[in-house]
Amino acid sequence: MSHALQDQRPARAPKSAAPAGLTRGGLPRWAPAGIAALSIVLGCGIGVLADLHSKIQWGLIGAILFLVITYTASAVIENRRQAKDRIATSIVWVSFVLAVIPLLSLIWTTVSRGIKALDGDFLSHSMNGVTSFEQGGGVYHALLGTIEQVALATAIAAPIGLLTAVYLVEYGRGSLARAVTFFVDVMTGIPSIVAGLFILTTWNLALGFGPSGFAGSMALSILMMPVVVRSTEEMLKLVPNELREAALALGVPKWRMILKVVLPTAIGGIATGVMLAVARIAGETAPIMLLVFGTQLINGNPFEGAQSSLPLYIWEQYKVGSDASYDRAWAAALVLIAFVMILNLVARGIARWKAPKTGR
Amino acid sequence: MASTTPTQIDQAPPVSKSARSTGRAGDKIFAGLSKGSGILLLVIMASIAIFLTYRASIALSKNEGNFLTTFDWNASANPPVFGIAVLLFGTIVSSIIAMAIAVPIAVGIALFISHYAPRKLAAPLAYVVDLLAAVPSIIYGIWGALFLVPQLAGLNLWLDEYLGWTYVFDKTQVGVARSLFTVGILLAIMILPIVTSVSREVFLQVPRMNEEAALALGATRWEVIRMSVLPFGRSGVISASMLGLGRALGETMAVATVLSPSFLINGHILDPGGGTFAQNIAAKFDEANEFGRDALIASGLVLFLLTLLVNGAARLIIARRKDFSGANA
Repeated sequence: MSHALQDQRPARAPKSAAPAGLTRGGLPRWAPAGIAALSIVLGCGIGVLADLHSKIQWGLIGAILFLVITYTASAVIENRRQAKDRIATSIVWVSFVLAVIPLLSLIWTTVSRGIKALDGDFLSHSMNGVTSFEQGGGVYHALLGTIEQVALATAIAAPIGLLTAVYLVEYGRGSLARAVTFFVDVMTGIPSIVAGLFILTTWNLALGFGPSGFAGSMALSILMMPVVVRSTEEMLKLVPNELREAALALGVPKWRMILKVVLPTAIGGIATGVMLAVARIAGETAPIMLLVFGTQLINGNPFEGAQSSLPLYIWEQYKVGSDASYDRAWAAALVLIAFVMILNLVARGIARWKAPKTGR
Repeated sequence: MASTTPTQIDQAPPVSKSARSTGRAGDKIFAGLSKGSGILLLVIMASIAIFLTYRASIALSKNEGNFLTTFDWNASANPPVFGIAVLLFGTIVSSIIAMAIAVPIAVGIALFISHYAPRKLAAPLAYVVDLLAAVPSIIYGIWGALFLVPQLAGLNLWLDEYLGWTYVFDKTQVGVARSLFTVGILLAIMILPIVTSVSREVFLQVPRMNEEAALALGATRWEVIRMSVLPFGRSGVISASMLGLGRALGETMAVATVLSPSFLINGHILDPGGGTFAQNIAAKFDEANEFGRDALIASGLVLFLLTLLVNGAARLIIARRKDFSGANA
């Protein structure tokens, strides 16, 4: 991936190999790591001494110290061009660390707080008869709702998305295909709450149905379709044209060529795309809130009556605001994050295992 | 159709007339199906616009206030008075804060992954950043409200003390950091992955010759990036930021959990209060009567048009670069 890296190695090597001679004294190779360690220590030290409560301030002090020390050291010992180069490198490293910290913090918070209320009872019981301020209760009804709604949404969105991608790659020519491509792109950016409002206006207000898991599934499928189309399209484009031509040369009709040659070749990537899309919609709250309504009881029928879902459950428990409900919210968040991460990992696993073999 | 044709094809040699004709029938049906689902997507997009506009027009015809300038949202009252001024302000301000934080950091991460990280680590590191996108927004929301808000108290004091003279960072109300600024930080974390992944794809497509030419002239790594990578990737970064902006505009749950809403326009971004389109819909939906829902749908329509505009523009910028293929993230 980092193709520029090879170019730098030879450029750097002489510097450390020939301390005297061609290059004037440069910073030693361990300098960035050393300065980083020093600024972390200083950042924490200043944080403790100045009695700053928030770790964010500690981190920011450390990061700024790192940049300043790097620049000064390099400007003094090396030259200004080198100093600029070093400070750019430092900024790039710091920004990467800045991105990883929230992820780690979020996962750590969820796991450490969620583990408290999470046990077998939590997974196998609903909230039936549990008042908001007492301990106990569980997430079973929400988990069931999430799985049913996501399965229904996938059943709607995956075939449509797949066929659209096939149209775009195998059949699509001209202005219709261009319009579909453009609007699929735009559709990826539809806010989830707008998808929810759309189903609300059509299914609930215009057609007069009540809240149900299925209404939520339809909104989710709107969010899922463009994702499936894009990923499938990319995968179908990777299938070598020689395979198609070989099949057609044997007299196979085009639709059978697509079903028996093109799709099986790309099936790994397609499955990955669908699973990533599933992972994305499993965490959607807004449309569920508008359309599925939420309940404390187990409702196994997605076509009739209010259901619950994991994200909605977290939202409800958060809104209650008691200690017990916060514990439940974090535990449900842990369940949801585990669900999504497992889907993600499985998807990446399939992608690696069944990567299409291309000549390129 | 599908049940009969495969057997016939298997039995008959490909030259026979019957096989050919059934093949053609199957072709027509399959092509029709796939074309149909393509058209279905367009129909869905069109009907979103049509139905939202229809319900919104019902609400707007009875609105006693000015939809654009009223600082109030009493859609369920009689007569109904509601306006989007505060929501528009909050949505745009929080998105701008998110962009101001996320875009530089995302460009840094993209450069890190494409040009700085050790080669073997680049792919796993890219995956770690992508994981940020996999976390559901409601979890960002409760993390933001229960962890980030207390942690930001100190930073807010700093900003108020040292940058308070700028008016924007002047904190005039005491209270926890349930402000547009905190929402902006949270949104920045949420849009990092998409901005990063699109920028990264462009940076990886910089012609190698350009970089090597700069290196051969004795440029440092930063000079290579400034002279050949950034100019090449500029339009890609712009469109990536706009995709991120589209996400930030429409984010619901993270905003709804963190913000303590109020119907005031307040330029002091550290003060708690404000509101966004999506947050307002989520907060007001439960208590809204049928007319109140129509009013919320009207605000949803504005949000839809806003994101449509931003995303459409981003896609058009990307589409102008024919060789660029990483825009699907």
